[in-house]
Amino acid sequence: MERRELICIGCPMGCPLSVETEEGKVISVTGNTCPRGDSYARKEVTNPTRIVTTTVRVTGGVQEMVSVKTKTDIPKGKIFDCVKALKNAQAEAPVRIGDVILQNAAGTGVDIVATKNVDAL
Amino acid sequence: MEQYEIVIIGGGPAGLSAAVSARKAGAQRILILERDKELGGILNQCIHNGFGLHTFKEELTGPEYAARFIEQACELQIEYRLNTMVMDISLDKTVTAMSRELGMYQIQAGAVILAMGCRERSRGALNIPGYRPAGIYSAGTAQRLVNMEGFLPGRKVVILGSGDIGLIMARRMTLEGAQVQVVAELMPYSGGLKRNIVQCLDDYGIPLKLSHTVTDIKGRERVEGITLAAVDGKGKPVPGTEEEYECDTLLLSVGLIPENELSGQMGVTLNPVTSGPVVNESLETDIEGVFACGNVLHVHDLVDFVSEEAAMAGENAAHYVDNSQRTAEAYEKTDSAAGQEASAAVALKPENGVRYTVPSLIHPDRMRKEQIIRFRVGSVYKNCYIGVYLNGERILHRKRPVMAPGEMEEVKIKKSQLAGLSRPAELSIQVEEA
Amino acid sequence: MYDVIIIGAGVSGSAAARELSRYQVRACVLEKAEDVCCGTSKANSGIVHAGYDAAPGTLMAKLNVRGNDRMGELAEELDFPFSRKGSLVICREEEGLLALEELKKRGELNGVQGLEILNREQVLELEPNVTKDVIAALYAPSAGIVCPFGLNIALAENANRNGIEFYFNTEVMDIRKTEKGFLLETSAGVYETKYVVNAAGVYADQFHNMVSREKLHITPRKGEYYLLDKSAGDHVSRTIFALPGKLGKGVLVTPTVHGNLLVGPTAEDIEDKDGVNTTPEGLAAIAGKAGQNVSGLPLKKVITSFAGLRAHEDRHDFVIGEVQDAPGFIDCAGIESPGLTSAPAVGEMVAGILKDKLNLEVNPGFQGKRKGILDPSKLTMEERNELIRQNPAYGSIICRCEMISEGEILDAIHRPLGARSLDGVKRRTRAGMGRCQAGFCSPRTMEILARELGEPMEAVTKSGGGSRLIVGTNKDRI
Repeated sequence: MERRELICIGCPMGCPLSVETEEGKVISVTGNTCPRGDSYARKEVTNPTRIVTTTVRVTGGVQEMVSVKTKTDIPKGKIFDCVKALKNAQAEAPVRIGDVILQNAAGTGVDIVATKNVDAL
Repeated sequence: MEQYEIVIIGGGPAGLSAAVSARKAGAQRILILERDKELGGILNQCIHNGFGLHTFKEELTGPEYAARFIEQACELQIEYRLNTMVMDISLDKTVTAMSRELGMYQIQAGAVILAMGCRERSRGALNIPGYRPAGIYSAGTAQRLVNMEGFLPGRKVVILGSGDIGLIMARRMTLEGAQVQVVAELMPYSGGLKRNIVQCLDDYGIPLKLSHTVTDIKGRERVEGITLAAVDGKGKPVPGTEEEYECDTLLLSVGLIPENELSGQMGVTLNPVTSGPVVNESLETDIEGVFACGNVLHVHDLVDFVSEEAAMAGENAAHYVDNSQRTAEAYEKTDSAAGQEASAAVALKPENGVRYTVPSLIHPDRMRKEQIIRFRVGSVYKNCYIGVYLNGERILHRKRPVMAPGEMEEVKIKKSQLAGLSRPAELSIQVEEA
Repeated sequence: MYDVIIIGAGVSGSAAARELSRYQVRACVLEKAEDVCCGTSKANSGIVHAGYDAAPGTLMAKLNVRGNDRMGELAEELDFPFSRKGSLVICREEEGLLALEELKKRGELNGVQGLEILNREQVLELEPNVTKDVIAALYAPSAGIVCPFGLNIALAENANRNGIEFYFNTEVMDIRKTEKGFLLETSAGVYETKYVVNAAGVYADQFHNMVSREKLHITPRKGEYYLLDKSAGDHVSRTIFALPGKLGKGVLVTPTVHGNLLVGPTAEDIEDKDGVNTTPEGLAAIAGKAGQNVSGLPLKKVITSFAGLRAHEDRHDFVIGEVQDAPGFIDCAGIESPGLTSAPAVGEMVAGILKDKLNLEVNPGFQGKRKGILDPSKLTMEERNELIRQNPAYGSIICRCEMISEGEILDAIHRPLGARSLDGVKRRTRAGMGRCQAGFCSPRTMEILARELGEPMEAVTKSGGGSRLIVGTNKDRI
């Protein structure tokens, strides 16, 4: 049995959560004061995911950089791989919000999309 | 001189939302003056997600959130001028502006909406001793350099202040290849959202040191290191607790200050607690027809509430312009004023742990069915109540599991609750222990 | 082979250079920093003292009064901000009255005009925020305030315009006497000259001691300051001094020529000649002392704090003249307060010595007039529009706090001895000197510097040398 301590992010309370797992399965969540704490703890322990946001250089645009994000959340452990995959990525202006900048980033199956409109020069 | 019904100073989230709602409320000639090269304000550099859950029921990044409002403003054909600095606003609402293309010029406004946002507190305001080398940035300046221009301001970073911008920048710098060593916070609690502490610091193993501050900055040319020390209950460094950190960069995220130089010059009364204008239920300042919203009024945590507040200001400004036009016509026709009758005003009084309220004054006859009162508390309270008293009589009692200075609070007062007042009244808002 | 090499482009070196440029001479100024006005001259009170402090008969007393006399005319000629606002020395105790009288007498002996002892009511009428404990004050109408950067930069620019060369990032490492004069080994090569002017501020003793057996000893005396926002600038309208003590004139409160309020300095003797760091003790001391003479100081409006070093020579007088056992080596050392005030007179004196030694002829091309960077806020709207039509850069505001336009920044970069760093731009235009302390404008000013100097952003510095502002690009090392 393993025990992990977390801080709930559901609200400013920041309840200290204690999660017990056995072979990757959650046995108990304690310390939460509402159901949101319970579901947060289960997800965070078994399959933590994050949206990653960063920037990519633009060529021929009115701005140097365009902001981008993973279209959906990706496993937490893949954050750095995703950013690395964008190291030399470039976007050609014009860029529109939602344009795919990189497909299937770092094997996550999730695309990186632009989050800003950048007009061509 | 050019004439506009409403001139909005600032094209960030507050200005955009105010413009959109003013148009929807019937105002025709609206002009946004924006000093930057694009609309959207500070959202353009806030590339992280977490915006819009209240407004759009989805999680957007800052630029995406801004784009939604920019699209609306464009659809409604609202005029705006970029790269335009407002130099002065006079008491009669003559706005003096300047740009490369148009030079210096004046606009006569029927109503003005102040939406200039805020600025960051600087090192100087904190009196951090030490040298003054390169490598000391406010978190927002670093955010602009990294997110808008693609430049790294440093590689080995210490951050002072755990406000959200500081936390967000800890993650941003880390993802771009810098090493963030520690985030220090003067207070015994963080001013940032729990979610940001977990996802910006904990995820990357960045320690957060509460009740700590920077007591020395080393390096003659570029920052070479800083000293952190624990502080006592009064915020004074405790001798013997000093720790040295080798770093090339110190980022400061130590508070935001509403940018009210224009308002002050104009003669708008400012609230010393918020540094923003004193406003009434219509978000109107003590200069008639001058409204304020967003971070120029008081610093918000969530842009969604800025948009909501600014929409109110925009709508009220549209009504004001409409009324004053009608009043002017009425004058011409009947030679008598058709203005609003004066009513007994209710003064809001923040007490016992409540630091300020917005608004500061409510005219019950002018308020809507329901009035949102926003406020902040001065320290962390758990399992307590918000009490609202009208002339000493409690009219509202709401439980709060937790309240913190970093989280803006609100209560709603119904028009019916303030009905029938014959003389000026006082509405006290307080924290009550359980 | 130069006729004259001046070491140091601070206010004394620049004043000497400017006065020397009235003559036909081959001269240059060597400065170890990247710009003029980088040492003692940049971090001081900016006060033009009336001249009652120095002991009668000293060089300090003489040059103070002469410098004060010359300042108004010089400000006209060279277009830098100066204002003769007057000063008050506050006396709060009966025991101090004698000292106050003493000060007045000393001033009169030094030739200071218009000194007057005011009673409590007169003081409070002039300055309502002076402490109610005041019992009398010495009023000196001829005292004033000046922009220290403005004065230093104007002198240097005008010297350069009249033929004096300036070399920056050039640190003098060694000085050797030769048959014809001196050989200066610097970080940027060897320079030869007949005469040397040692205007090296806190380092002047080191250079003097390289050539003379009669040793000088200069102690860096640190002074820490608070600068307050312009909204606090009218808290007092004259310079408010404490009664002088052993370590100098005590903590003063003064408006600045740009409308801020300045509070300081402390006085602490230190070893480190580059020790311009502020300290917790120093900053706490200012807050405590300043409140003694001025009530209700709005210290919440502090926008920055800084420290400067005074070049205190053991004998506490200016050391100006040819070194006896090193002919051709002219000291201009120990220039501590009132050094800024005295600069015009220091320059005259040094140039006078060199003119006699070198038998210099008048420079027929000397142009003593200089135009400073245009301040568009002083123009009418019509004039400003005309300016923007001619040069649209004046229509683009870069520094929002001080309302500085791109036009002013471009001028600062492209004029003679122009700015090459963020601090250089700041000292010339005030961009970045306001309440946000360059938070908003520094990325923009950096872009302008990079573009105009033809450098990459990574090469832009805060103040030259290793003070780079950008260390790389996103993801460059991942």
